[in-house]
Amino acid sequence: MTYAYYPGCSLEGTAGDYNESTQAVCRALGVPLKEVPDWVCCGTTPAHETNQLLVTSLGVKNLASARSVSDKVVVPCAACYNRLKSANYEISHDKALKAKALNAAEVSYDGDAQVLHVIELLVREIGLEKLKAAVKKPLKGLAVASYYGCLLVRPERIMKFDDAEDPQTMDQVVAAVGGDVVDWPGKVDCCGASAAIPHTETVLKQVNQILTDAKACGADVVAVACPLCQNNLDLRQLDIRKKIGKDHNIPILYITQLVGLALGLSASELALQKLVVDATPVLKAKGVL
Amino acid sequence: MEILALNPPGSEKDIEAINARLETLDPDAAKSVETCYQCGKCTAGCPAADQMEFPPNQIIRLVQIGQVNVALKSVGIWRCVSCETCSTRCPQKVNIAGVMNTLRLMARERGIQPADREADMFHQAFLQNVRMFGRLFEPMLVGIYNMRSMHLFHDADKGPLLLSKGKLPLFPTSSDSARVRRLFKKALESK
Ligand code: SF4
Ligand code: SF4
Repeated sequence: MTYAYYPGCSLEGTAGDYNESTQAVCRALGVPLKEVPDWVCCGTTPAHETNQLLVTSLGVKNLASARSVSDKVVVPCAACYNRLKSANYEISHDKALKAKALNAAEVSYDGDAQVLHVIELLVREIGLEKLKAAVKKPLKGLAVASYYGCLLVRPERIMKFDDAEDPQTMDQVVAAVGGDVVDWPGKVDCCGASAAIPHTETVLKQVNQILTDAKACGADVVAVACPLCQNNLDLRQLDIRKKIGKDHNIPILYITQLVGLALGLSASELALQKLVVDATPVLKAKGVL
Repeated sequence: MEILALNPPGSEKDIEAINARLETLDPDAAKSVETCYQCGKCTAGCPAADQMEFPPNQIIRLVQIGQVNVALKSVGIWRCVSCETCSTRCPQKVNIAGVMNTLRLMARERGIQPADREADMFHQAFLQNVRMFGRLFEPMLVGIYNMRSMHLFHDADKGPLLLSKGKLPLFPTSSDSARVRRLFKKALESK
């Protein structure tokens, strides 16, 4: 079946590597994706905290477009995933809001586009067995700490992604492609998210703790599934070095980049050159690259 | 320090409005902020608590005692990053993150200037950008935010690095922008 594909704004900018690696992995696994026609920004936190109708309307506009392609829409960005799934929830619980949102978005839509994160696509749609069978270069000996952050797992009752305090889905993907799963306490800690620009200090404090925990538990790399998390964990290592004086130097890869490596895709197909902290040395040392 | 009167006039209506919104946000959560017993667990796990003059448990307390106006003017509600850790962990199932967001929406409805100028300017610059193009154009967002907030060189060292990594698009992509502008207008003007 063809899945509708909603990349979201970050994947056209700072998270181009997430976009390229998601598409490359789906091609390699024979999963057809078709971009949602005329998709627009999901609104994310700024719209969510400004106006309920605005954020729900942006959600239904995108979901209605997705529905014209498929009844399942794949979303790699955890923030967009959270927002689109929340919009489905909001219109199912608040009929007055639904009517207004459909009117503002100039669409008809009945909540019937199922929103899937790319991890759910791998685990629940493609299936771990099929993924395992497609592995050409297992990530043997590479210790991966899966970082879920906030938006994938919370609020648990709406996301229904996994357990909100100890999720396992991303770890299962890591195990399926042959990586060593790191058991660590930072999985669902918040990276500071949208405070990155107005209040960088909150992000530095959070990221410093998360990376300290990952390394203390033996991680070689951290796997992420959100552009906001990736940028905060990767790029902000520069500020942490300058302002806190700690040099973490730990690569932060999108889960799709790790899966792609195991499927035998090249570093350039997975856009590994876009990572700020270079992943090549550790991947070479472990024989993954 | 200002002495606050308990349950000032009009406060009951505010509390009711907050509880009613919590009910639509999540019918399974606590029906009322009254159920909070001030254990402090929400604040213990909050990544932004150290930046707030009233951390999450105190915001809930302010609402309980009818001091909604004080909460609306606090910095704390704007430092909250909506991570939902508090609501996930509350033993009384209080939807604290929902209260935080309800207070932000109330402050906007009542024309109360957000006490945290930076976070507000960033979010408004973001929305203007989306309203213009339909999609976010990251370089312009940072540029406009830096200009308005007068933090002209904030993250200036990141630009060349991101450009060399091919992480910054040079031109905005616009998508369905006429309809998005109508959507913004209708949504923001709706009563
Ligand atoms: S965790 Fe719940 S009960 Fe405890 S202080 Fe916070 S809101 Fe109150
Ligand atoms: S949602 Fe807001 S108040 Fe709750 S823990 Fe996160 S930042 Fe703190």
